[in-house]
Amino acid sequence: MLKLDKVHTFYGQIEALKGVSLEVHPGEIVTLIGANGAGKSTLLMTICGSPQATKGSVIFEGQDITRKPTHVIMQCGLAQVPEGRRIFPGLTVRENLQMGGFFADKARLETDLERVFTLFPRLKERRGQRGGTLSGGEQQMLAIGRGLMSRPNLLLLDEPSLGLAPIIIAQIFQILREIREEGVTIFLVEQNAHRALQLADRGYVLENGRIVLADTGANLLANDEVRKAYLGG
Amino acid sequence: MRRALPEALLAAMLTAVLAVPIFGLRIHVDGIDVSLDRTPTPVVVAVVIVFLLRLFQGPLRAAWARARPPAAWRNPLADVLRRTRQQPRYRTLLWMLLLIAAVIWPFTASRGAVDVVTLALIYVMLGLGLNIVVGFAGLLVLGYAAFYAVGAYTYALLAQHYGLSFWLSLPVAGVLAALTGFLLGLPVLRLRGDYLAIVTLGFGEITRLLLNNLNVLTGGPDGIGNIPRPTLFGLEFGRRASEGNATFHEFFGIDYSGEHAVIFLYLLGLALVVLILFVINRLQRMPLGRAWEALREDEIACRSLGLNPTVIKLSALTLSAAFAGLAGAFFAARQGYINPESFTFIESAMVLAIVVLGGMGSQLGVMLAAIAITALPELAREFNEYRMLAFGLVMVLMMIWRPQGLVPATRPRLELPERAEPTP
Repeated sequence: MLKLDKVHTFYGQIEALKGVSLEVHPGEIVTLIGANGAGKSTLLMTICGSPQATKGSVIFEGQDITRKPTHVIMQCGLAQVPEGRRIFPGLTVRENLQMGGFFADKARLETDLERVFTLFPRLKERRGQRGGTLSGGEQQMLAIGRGLMSRPNLLLLDEPSLGLAPIIIAQIFQILREIREEGVTIFLVEQNAHRALQLADRGYVLENGRIVLADTGANLLANDEVRKAYLGG
Repeated sequence: MRRALPEALLAAMLTAVLAVPIFGLRIHVDGIDVSLDRTPTPVVVAVVIVFLLRLFQGPLRAAWARARPPAAWRNPLADVLRRTRQQPRYRTLLWMLLLIAAVIWPFTASRGAVDVVTLALIYVMLGLGLNIVVGFAGLLVLGYAAFYAVGAYTYALLAQHYGLSFWLSLPVAGVLAALTGFLLGLPVLRLRGDYLAIVTLGFGEITRLLLNNLNVLTGGPDGIGNIPRPTLFGLEFGRRASEGNATFHEFFGIDYSGEHAVIFLYLLGLALVVLILFVINRLQRMPLGRAWEALREDEIACRSLGLNPTVIKLSALTLSAAFAGLAGAFFAARQGYINPESFTFIESAMVLAIVVLGGMGSQLGVMLAAIAITALPELAREFNEYRMLAFGLVMVLMMIWRPQGLVPATRPRLELPERAEPTP
């Protein structure tokens, strides 16, 4: 479904990704873990075309999207839940979601709104409230819901657990499971390696711009090096 | 108090230094003799006032805080506004009443007043137009007068060279101004914040200089005169009709009156304002209008949703420029004469001040501010010399007490029936 082949990305002179190859198959939950500055977010942004890969290729559903502009990529069945949530604080919850379904017609918009409200009953309660007045967990739900509004086949998430209480993180990850049940493939970038690997079918470990390990989630959880480096022994 | 005394003395000294050259000396011209008069009284008064204010600043502030009216009636409009927000029917009714009042008013008012308010209507149009880019899309554009000039010159030139009527030129002026906005936006909208402001400022100046120096086409500083007034379905408002035309008063068999033309212009301006308001309100409820605001709040998030920021910004600037073009054509028709002096930076700054003063993104606020800034100084002509002083004072006071503007923007709510439910 998504295939990165020897992707190199530069920020000026600095090479942030040094030939990353990975694959996501339909229906999977795949996670990418790694320390701060390993290039996790860069990888996700490269898929979205901002910054674009200097070398290598990004193939999504058979299409080469390496050189396409961001807004075109985001309309091909891919959705991103950006790091730090980035909801629109001055718009209401409902308007935030409507922005996610910007290209949908009216009838589809209503069905999709209902779908998101069933997934997140909390958002339904707060639909008339401004995004900025929500709690951190609710904002994360809103960001995920907004991403789902474009009916993506693949959902990219950048650190959805950032700054949230453990109980909220558990809720969010439960919802990710439900979203997968509905047939959405998930690619998850996380620092919270333990939770992410528990949830994921497969995982990749990124270190200094290179993939150093690739295995099933369960195997990575059991792997000694991973335990030492990311799971605190 | 002990600390206040030296501070007050310092402030008084500074005032004296500043006030002496401005108020203390007056150039007296008597024939060919030029002498310098000394007028100490205003300086002394200013120094004493500053000294006392500064000395008793603490107690005065405390008294002011106590004297502040309760929140409920601090803003007399608040109650009406709250109700209009909650009930759309009430809101429509209020707007209709306002419109009817605005239509009837010129028939009861004096000719001068109608003329002044017509000028205010031009600024309402400009304010509403600039509000799209500055208020909704959050792009600081400082050269708005350029689009206004494009509209005005379009009509003036079309009328002069091709004898096109106002009604034919009006849409052309709008389209040409929009095109200018579009072409300017293509390269410039990649810039953000201060950079965009500087480039648009430059564009405004370039346009004015071009008009000033392109003598062959624009007549340079002499401008273009004899621009025909708008007609009512071909009926002219002059005393005598030009060849092949009829006049308004002859057609209806009434006596000629200069007031007809003034009232007609006012109503025309009102119609244009209503048209612009209607278009903006429709767009605001559509996805495009929401996208403007979303873009102002978070550009990266917009891109992650598949929106093309450049296209959305461009649409805002193009539409905004189109409205300035309409206002420009109307301005040319009202004045009958235009020259580059009408499109200086001050004009752009004035419109921006209207938007900021009224409350960015707020239609009602912008309209009130436009009327306040243009009509009030005209109605109080005797204080004309102090106009800029008062203007500056108002701006400073606004920044202190109401930085969000006269009538802060409220977002239109689509989900009104739902909002009536109690939220748990």
